[in-house]
This record gives sequence, C-alpha cells and structure tokens, in this order.
Amino acid sequence: MTHGHDAAVSTVPVATTRSVMEVPTGRLAVWWVLASEIVIFGGLLGVYIMQRIGHPGWANQSIHTNTLAGSINTFILLSSSLSAVLAHQAAERGDGPRAARLLRLTALGGASFLVVKSIEWTHEIREGFTITSNLFWSFYYTAAGLHALHVIAGMIIMLIVAAGAARNQHLHRVENIGIYWHFVDIVWIFLFPLLYIAK
Amino acid sequence: MSGHAHAAHDESWIKKYFWSTDHKVIGLQYLFTGMAMAVIAGFAVYVFRMQLAFPGHEVPLFGRVSAAEYNALVTMHGSIMVFWVAMPVLIAAFGNFLIPLMIGCDDMVFPKINRLSYQIFLISALIAVSSFFVPGGAFGGAWTSYPPLSTSPVYNQTPYGATMWLIAVVLEFAAFLLGGINFVTTTMNSRAPGMKMFDVPIVVWMIVLASVLFMASVGPLVAGAIMLLFDQTLHTGFFDPARGGDPILWQHLFWFFGHPEVYVVLLPAMGIVAEILAVFARKKLFGYRTIIYTTVATGIISFFVWAHHQFIAGIDPRIASLFSVTTLIISVPIAEMVFVYIATLYGGSIRFRTPMLWALAFIAEFLIGGVTGIFLGAAGADVYFHDTYFVVAHFHYTFFPIAFIGGFAAITYWFPKMFGRMMNDTLGKIHFWGTIVGFNMVFLPLFLTGAAGDHRRIYSYQAFPDLNTPALQHLRITATIGLLIMLAFQTVFLYNFFRSLFAGQKAADNPWHANTLEWLAPSPPPHGNFAVLPTVYRGPYEYGVPDRHDDYWPQHVPDQPSTDGGVAPSRAAEAHA
Amino acid sequence: MISWYVPEASTFAADVDHLVLLVAVIVGVWFLLAEIVFFALIFKFRARDGRRSQYVTGEQKHEKRWISYPHYAVLVFDVIIVVAALRVWNTIKVATPQTQETVRVIAQQWAWTFVHAGPDGQLDTPDDITTIDDLNLQVNRTYQFELHSRDVLHSFSIPVFRLKQDAVPGRVIRGWFTPTRTGTYDVQCAEICGLGHGLMPARVHVQTPEQHAAWLAGAGSGAPGAPAAPAVIADAGSAAQTAGGTR
Ligand code: HEA
Ligand code: HEA
Ligand code: CUA
Ligand SMILES: [Cu+2]
Repeated sequence: MTHGHDAAVSTVPVATTRSVMEVPTGRLAVWWVLASEIVIFGGLLGVYIMQRIGHPGWANQSIHTNTLAGSINTFILLSSSLSAVLAHQAAERGDGPRAARLLRLTALGGASFLVVKSIEWTHEIREGFTITSNLFWSFYYTAAGLHALHVIAGMIIMLIVAAGAARNQHLHRVENIGIYWHFVDIVWIFLFPLLYIAK
Repeated sequence: MSGHAHAAHDESWIKKYFWSTDHKVIGLQYLFTGMAMAVIAGFAVYVFRMQLAFPGHEVPLFGRVSAAEYNALVTMHGSIMVFWVAMPVLIAAFGNFLIPLMIGCDDMVFPKINRLSYQIFLISALIAVSSFFVPGGAFGGAWTSYPPLSTSPVYNQTPYGATMWLIAVVLEFAAFLLGGINFVTTTMNSRAPGMKMFDVPIVVWMIVLASVLFMASVGPLVAGAIMLLFDQTLHTGFFDPARGGDPILWQHLFWFFGHPEVYVVLLPAMGIVAEILAVFARKKLFGYRTIIYTTVATGIISFFVWAHHQFIAGIDPRIASLFSVTTLIISVPIAEMVFVYIATLYGGSIRFRTPMLWALAFIAEFLIGGVTGIFLGAAGADVYFHDTYFVVAHFHYTFFPIAFIGGFAAITYWFPKMFGRMMNDTLGKIHFWGTIVGFNMVFLPLFLTGAAGDHRRIYSYQAFPDLNTPALQHLRITATIGLLIMLAFQTVFLYNFFRSLFAGQKAADNPWHANTLEWLAPSPPPHGNFAVLPTVYRGPYEYGVPDRHDDYWPQHVPDQPSTDGGVAPSRAAEAHA
Repeated sequence: MISWYVPEASTFAADVDHLVLLVAVIVGVWFLLAEIVFFALIFKFRARDGRRSQYVTGEQKHEKRWISYPHYAVLVFDVIIVVAALRVWNTIKVATPQTQETVRVIAQQWAWTFVHAGPDGQLDTPDDITTIDDLNLQVNRTYQFELHSRDVLHSFSIPVFRLKQDAVPGRVIRGWFTPTRTGTYDVQCAEICGLGHGLMPARVHVQTPEQHAAWLAGAGSGAPGAPAAPAVIADAGSAAQTAGGTR
C-alpha cells in the first residue's frame, strides 16, 4: 500500500488534491478508520464488561494477571505517544529526518511493548492460564491480542512512513500515523484497568 | 512499480481490467462479480424450491437433495444474496461508478485502497463459493450462524464450511469498510466547485449514509466473529453455556448489525429510485431535504430495534416490549420517505421507459414488504409468525425489490453511461413484466403458507401431518412455478445485457435528458471522466423550471442572462469565487 | 385469518388472531390508500403531448403538509398497534397465571422429550411419565412448561396454541398455556438445529379428562396411540441426561 514513487508514473487524480471541507483528506480517512476500530473494540469491551458484571467469580482469575507488566507497558506506550507528538511537530517544521528518527523511536516503543507482553504471556501460559482456561482468560487474550495486532500494524506503517519522511516525502502522513498511534494508546488505557486493575 | 509509463494499448488485459485503480473499472468489477454471485445464489434457490415443491424427487441439473444439502443451499443462498449480491451491486458497483462522476471529479481519492477493497471482496466471494466443495460441504446453520450450532462440527457436521463462512463474511466486512473510506472522503472533499452539500444527488447521499451506517453497526459483530472463530478453532467458550458463555450474546451482536444492515442495502436502492423518478417524471423531488432527514432518522432509530428478531429467543420479555415500540416507530420515517416519493409524481410528465417501470415497481412492491414488517414488529403477533414463511415472504418483499428491482433499475438506467450503448427497451419491458409477475407468484403464496404454520429451513414438510396437506403443497408448488417463470425471464435480461454490450444502439452522452453530472461526461467516460472538470450551478433536480425552453437544467450549465427570470436558483457568483 | 388454516386451541390463540386482524386492517387500509394514490398519480400525470411537468419543490409549508399530516397519522396508528400488541404479548409471555401442573420439555438433536407429572401432578416423583415426541395434555388445564435444551438452540412451537419459545442450552425457560380444544396437533421445532431440523416433529394430544385419566393409567405400559413419528432417535427411551446430543 505504499504509494509515492509511482506517483510520477500514473498522474495523481485531481480528486486527491481537492479539499472542500478544508480538512486534509488523509486525516478524514484516518478518522474513518478509527471510528470503525472504535466500534470493534467498543463491542468487544462492552461485551466483556457485561459478562464481567454477570460473573463475579472472574475476580479469582483476574488476580493472576501481572499488574506490574501491565503498568510497565502502559508507561512504554504513553511515552511512545509522546515521541509521536514530537515527530508530528518536527514534520510541521518540515524537518523530515528528525520526524523519521522520532517515528522510529516510537516504533521501538511498540517493540518493547510487545517484548514485555510476550514475556508476560509466556509466564501466564506456563502457569496454565491459556485462552481456553476460562472465559476471563479468553477475553484477556482476545482483547489484548487484538490490541497487540494493532500495535504491530501501527509499527509497520510507522516504519514505512518514516522511510518516506527521512527523504522529506509525504510529511502529512506523520500526523496521520500519529493519530492512529494515539488511538492504539487509548485502547490500552481502557484495557489496562479492565484486565489488570479490576481484581 | 512498473518502471516507465506505457501507452494505454500496451497495458495487458489483466492490468486494465483486473489491476486497475480506475473507479469505473472497479465499479464494473463489483457489478460483474455481484451478477455472477446472483446466478449462483439463484441456482441454489432453484434447487431448494424444487425440493420443497417435489420433495424427494430428483431435481434436474442437481439430483436428489439431502437434508444437509438443503440446509447448506438455504444458508448460502441467504448469505450470498445479502453479502455478495445486494451489497456489492447496490453500494460498491454503483457507489464506485457513480460517486466521482456525479460529484464532478476524476476518481476516488484513494484509488489503491479502492482496488484493495475489491480484491479482498473477490477473495471473500471465492472462499464463500468454494466452501460448497470442501469435505462436509458448505455451512448449513442459516445465514445468522447462531451458536452453539455454528461452533462445533459435532453439532453442524460441517467441519470446514462453518469456519469458511465466518472468514468469508469477515473479509467481506473488511472490503466494505475499506470501500467506505472512499465513498465518504471523496464525497466530503472532492465535490466539484460550486457543489454544496445539498446539491449532491440523493443516490450519493444514500450510499454515503449507508456506508456510515454499516461502519457504525458492524464493529460489535466483527468482535463477535473473532470470538466465534476462536470458539470454532481454539475451543474457547465465549458462546458455550457449559463454560459460562452465552449463546444469546451472539444473537445480540448479529442483529445489532443485522437490522441496520437491512437499511444499508435499502438506502442505495432508495437513492437509485429517487434519481430515476425525477428524470422520468421530469420533476423536482418533492422535498429533497425531507428525504435526507428521514433517512438520517431511520438510520439512528435502526440501532434500537435489533431485538425484534429475538422476541422469543429467551430474552427478558419486558425488554422485548421496548423493542416492539421502537420497531413500530421506525415505520414513521420510512413511511414519510415513501410518501415523498409518491408525491414526487404529482405534477409530473411520466415516461414509462424500462428504468422507470422498475423504479415504480420498487415502490409498489416495497410497500408490501414494509407493511408486513408491522405484523412482525407487533410482539404479540410475532410469537406466532416468528420463523415462519410469513417472515420469509416479508423480507423477500423488501430484499427482492431492493437487490433485483433496484439493481435492474440502476443497470437499465446507467447502462448507456457505463458501456456507451443503449439496452433494448422492448426486451427490457418483457423482462420487467415476466420478473414482476413471477416474483409475486413466488412470495404471495408464501405469506399464506407462513400464516398456515410452515416454518423456515425445513427441507420437507412430510414429517408434519398438519402441514403435509394438499392445499399447502399446492401453494408451495405455485411458488416454485413462479420462480421458474421468473428464472426463465432472466435469460431475456442476460441476452439483452450482453447483446447490448456489443451491438446495442450507440448512446448519446445524455440520452435521458438528465441533470446530474455523470451525463456531461462522454458515454462511456474515459479515464479521467471529464474533458474539463465541471463547475456546479444548481441542485440536481431542476426539472420543469418555468420560463425555460428545456424542461431540464443540468447542474453544470451556467445561468444564461437571457433565460433566467430571476426566479430560478442561481449560484454562479459564489461558484466562481 | 390464521384460523382459516390453523385452529385456535389455547386461551390466547384468539387474542393473537385478533391482533393479527387488527394489524391487517390498519396497515391494509394504509397500504391500499398508498397504492391507490400512487397509481392514480401515475395515471393522471403520464406524459402527454404539449403538457410540461410542473415545478413543485415540496419545500413550501403548504406542500409539506401533504407529507407531515399523514406522517402524524401513521404515528397515531402505530400507538394503537403497539398497545394491542403489548397486551397480547403481556398475556402470553409476561403475566403467568396460576398454573395447575408443570410439564418438562427437553429438546435435543433431533427429538423432544416430554416429562409429564403423572397421576400425582408433581414433577420429579417416581410416577413421572416420560415420552418421546408425544405430549399429552388435559383440555382446559393450565400448564406451566419448563423448557430445556441439551445441545443447540431449538424452538418449542405449537401453532394451534400460537405458542413459540426458543430452547437455550444452559437455561431453563418457563412459560404457560391452557389447551382449549381436544385433538392431536403438530409440535414443531422452529429454530434451525442442524441436519435433522426438518425431522423434529412431535404431536400434542389434547385429551378430555376421561381420555387423559385413561392415558395416565395406561402410560406405564403402552405407548400413546399416535401415529409413529419418523424414527429419528430410537434409543432415547429414558430421560437420562445424555449430554451433547446424539453423536
Ligand atoms: C432490506 C430489508 C428489510 C427491510 C427494509 C425491513 C423492514 C422492516 N422489518 Fe424486516 N426483516 C428483514 C429485512 C427487512 N426488513 C429480514 C432479512 C428479516 C429476517 C431475517 C432472518 O430471520 O433471517 C426481517 C425480519 C423482521 C422481523 C423479525 C421477524 C421474526 O424473525 O420473527 C421483524 C419484527 O419486527 C421485522 C420488522 C420490520 C419492520 C417493522 C420494518 C420497517 O422498516 C418497515 C417500514 C415500512 C412501512 C411500514 C411501509 C410504509 C408505510 C406505510 C404505507 C404507512 C402505513 C404504516 C403504518 C400505519 C404502520 N423484520
Ligand atoms: C437480497 C436478498 C435475497 C434475495 C434477492 C433472495 C431471492 C430469492 N429468495 Fe431468498 N433468502 C434470503 C435473501 C434473499 N433471497 C435470505 C437472507 C434468506 C434466509 C436464509 C436462511 O434462512 O439462512 C432467504 C431464504 C429463502 C427461502 C427460505 C428457505 C427456507 O427457509 O427453507 C426461500 C424459499 O422459497 C427463498 C426464495 C427466494 C427466491 C425464490 C428468490 C428469487 O427472488 C431469486 C431470483 C434469482 C434470480 C432472479 C437470479 C438471477 C440472476 C441474474 C438475472 C443476474 C443479474 C443479476 C443482477 C442484476 C444482480 N429465499
Ligand atoms: Cu430442533 Cu430445529
Ligand atoms: Cu430487523
């Protein structure tokens, strides 16, 4: 889905250059993606909350989640959002290379998040808490796993955008991927208390 | 990717028709895929209706129908018609083809996302169709895929079919979520200079609103589908009561999407009908804004009615009462919309060309589907009607007008623009009457068998003494004969369609004397659509404006100082600003 | 209208039929009105030489009235329908009257097991009578039913009673009915439940008190004198809770 170099070959549609609503088209598209994601996660978490209320017994399961790992990951994700903001600022100033460096730093944050997550999951699975152990763990792995997939997708897109930004190309994309990353962050802000804190 | 630009004729066939990013080609890809899927789903109907009329007999071209095959055919018929015929033809084919043309620009804003959307869609269609051929056959647990039946081959005997169905449906959702990006952003941001929000043709409004409705309702079902997939493959227990799960949860997730979904397909068809009514009645739509407001109202209310599919599913009966109320309320905006369409005819000068016949038939037939929904929404009556053929007849009187009557209306109306040739009007009318007569002959009897207690998804009524009566069997046979008549007349359509593609009379740029911008482009429009991108001066439905020579006034024609009496709406000044 | 085909055999069957009739009249009138106006307009305003279409926007106040008045009228009729519908709904599903006997209905792929209370009128006593695919009831006696499912969703449907209720595994769903007409009628499974969904019929025998007493007396030995339903499950002769369906 990378465009860019072949823009010279096929002429860009005029449609792409218009902005009747005075909101950049790319940003509109990101909002659309986020809205669809919000209803997906909203559905999943809504179901989880209803079920959790209906099953007081889940508290006995949720005490086994690793709050420390969850907190570390919250911290990692929040700070990676900060570097995404800084990348956006650099892009605004037209400093593509700096934006690219900051984006890569953000992606590194995503990678650390995943490392912590894998260590955490390995422990839990070793202790016998697998996705089939019980409904709580099914939700735990499904929700966190779906979120982790979004982290991975975000990282890949971020590295692609960074590659362009390093050459000062498509700097507006820096903001768009930043918006997406904040969303991934916010989802985690909901997951963290629901899966780790509520015991 | 390809190093250098090649001249157009150098491009391979694959590149031009399969790998294209042109919105018109993608629209046609969706159209042809949808039509092919319609033939498959139509064949499934033929087989299972023959079985219902002549239980146990060999069905020509198929053979004897087993219970498992019957269930699979019904399930796949329903799923394919909704997800791989109605949605691609009405939303994706016409949305892609029409939106850039009607708002006066040269393409969608994200052509590559558009191509990706079609490719995902195609894969989903292939998965759905190929599930017929895997061991165990296609899924047979109904298009609603209720667990626990859908969770385990122990229950459904389709170890691969159930999962393939689920994956295909989720991919189809992904394709339409991606498609929605383009419909919405292109319409918002790439309108021609001068085109205000309320100058956008109704069909574009409807496709955009349908995309928003789809996006907003499908999320929870995507989450549910992931859960169901895990139940099937990893043996989690989200929907398994033995492990604390809840089978009814899936029903909520499905219908929270499922009810808005019926309006997702309804709206584009309403939009198509609006365009055609205005053009062939030579009339401004009666209350353009009323249509948009009632549509928005319908969309909002549609999120609060879903449990009318679950009145007797085991939910709290007091909560069910609430849904009965909301369900009846939704008839108000829809009735209003229908009244607006009827009122549009007032003062018209109606020409009965084939597209107009389809548009008028849509209204006449949809009314039957709409009012029978009220019987079902009345909770006390639904206790009896639920899961009978009365429901089947109700939703075919909505779905068939939408998918086929609306689809044929759109095809016959925009065919000249799509392919640069006219379809034959006489053949079109023969096809029209054959289809309408056949259609009513199928589904009017089914209201009666439903009222008599025929329940759904039953491959033979011989096990039920009260239903295994000659009177009811005659009705079932009548319905099947109606289907055979209808199918026979589809050959007229296919012949007309393909013959006109190559040998139809050449079409002028604006054969119907319509106002909207697509008729300014050449027929068929070249890559880039317009020689000069148009500017818009007025709304799309200025027909029969007094004091003008022509009874139509295209959106792109500047006001002439000589003709304007100072009455007609004019935006020249702002448009040039 | 339904009673043309399906007799009314429970206390609330007539309520349902009256509701259907009410809805049919209301929406029927609206439907006819709409279609008549529609076709009249089509006829009146067909294209004729020398007549141009008129320029009517439908945005003026006096024009909008043509839409808004009918729309308020629809709302009024909606209210009438809702009130009637919820009264019937309330009778069938919400307000359970005092019941005289309980019958347990167990659905599974693909057969119905009915546990009758037996001569003592109490369930879960040794004299319970368990039958497969035959439900025996005494006319004018108010029953509570207790609906179970052993595997997937099923739906307990007795058209002549105008009664239908899904059976959900893991839940016990209760409801009621009072048969008012003797005879033998179909019991259906009205929710897709797999291959044998079309082969899950049962029969309900509504008996006079004398017949019922005779049946109770003879039940220990003989099977009820109904035509044998297509043999689906031959071996499920007891109410033994074999979990997980038949295979
Ligand atoms: C696009 C398709 C479509 C549309 C538009 C509708 C429209 C409506 N549907 Fe339908 N419906 C389906 C597709 C559709 N439906 C499908 C597929 C199913 C079954 C799914 C399955 O189980 O497989 C179904 C099932 C279904 C049920 C569940 C039945 C059951 O399983 O027991 C109910 C119950 O309330 C219902 C109600 C309605 C209502 C009230 C409307 C309303 O929107 C209709 C409003 C329109 C009018 C009312 C007509 C115009 C108004 C007038 C002429 C004025 C006069 C009217 C009054 C005075 C009220 N539908
Ligand atoms: C858009 C939706 C749609 C459409 C159009 C149809 C069309 C038809 N349906 Fe379908 N049907 C469903 C959606 C639809 N159905 C659903 C959701 C179910 C429920 C499934 C379930 O229970 O799980 C169902 C179930 C269903 C049943 C109930 C089966 C059962 O419960 O046992 C029956 C029975 O008669 C039936 C009959 C028909 C018939 C005769 C047609 C005819 O109108 C079909 C005629 C077919 C053609 C005319 C095709 C010809 C093709 C071309 C001419 C190519 C050109 C194409 C384009 C322009 C697009 N359908
Ligand atoms: Cu049991 Cu259908
Ligand atoms: Cu609905």
